[in-house]
Amino acid sequence: MAVKVVIPTPLRQYTGKKDSVEIDARTVGEALAGLTSQFGDLRKHLFNEEGNLRSFVNVYVNDEDIRFLQKSQTPVNENDVISIVPSIAGGFSIRCICT
Amino acid sequence: MAINFRPEELENVRAHAARDYPSECCGILLGHADGESKEVSEVVPLRNLRHDPGRAQELLPVEDPSRESERNRFLIDPQDQLRVEKDSRQRGLDVLGYYHSHPDHPARPSNYDREHAWPWYSYVILSVERAEAKDVTSWVLSNDRSRFEQEDLKMR
Repeated sequence: MAVKVVIPTPLRQYTGKKDSVEIDARTVGEALAGLTSQFGDLRKHLFNEEGNLRSFVNVYVNDEDIRFLQKSQTPVNENDVISIVPSIAGGFSIRCICT
Repeated sequence: MAINFRPEELENVRAHAARDYPSECCGILLGHADGESKEVSEVVPLRNLRHDPGRAQELLPVEDPSRESERNRFLIDPQDQLRVEKDSRQRGLDVLGYYHSHPDHPARPSNYDREHAWPWYSYVILSVERAEAKDVTSWVLSNDRSRFEQEDLKMR
């Protein structure tokens, strides 16, 4: 069962410039695992060293945030569209140790 | 890579930073990118979701809510972002990057900025001193996520 994963512009350099990728998957977790095994350089931008989705990476299934569904266990169906959207966040360091 | 602004767009960004002082402001930069440079054709000021600590904490928790607020943190609402991205795609524009302000702090990225960044995007930072926008710089995350590299920010 193929779902479409939309690749945001900054990550297309790791997917051979593809703006979307079709992946066979039953859950969001399977889709992201399939995506990052196909395109290994994507992994560090989506997952942290412990293999968990980075806290600022949001995943949507047809505009629904998986955080409010069943997270990585959220089921996906044929023709669903998965979007990866970073939370854009920042601010100065509390102790002002700037890099 | 360099990022190029028209003077009036950069002025809009500076005015937003001054208006929201002493809070951090944030927004999205839209336009076109080729291999050599990014041409900003539109800036979209957005609300800093840290003004709504409950919802912000639900989306991207901070470690110490008593010390991390809209004064030293910003967060763009992912729903705003999805909306702007879709709308810009339909109009043939790309999201080139984002801007935010550092009230009473230098226009340099913090570790917190780096931890929450993706490569390729331009992260424009403004220092604001006593409600006046001062320095404006632009930064791109290295591919290995280890550091930010400054890029040229030019007027066209």
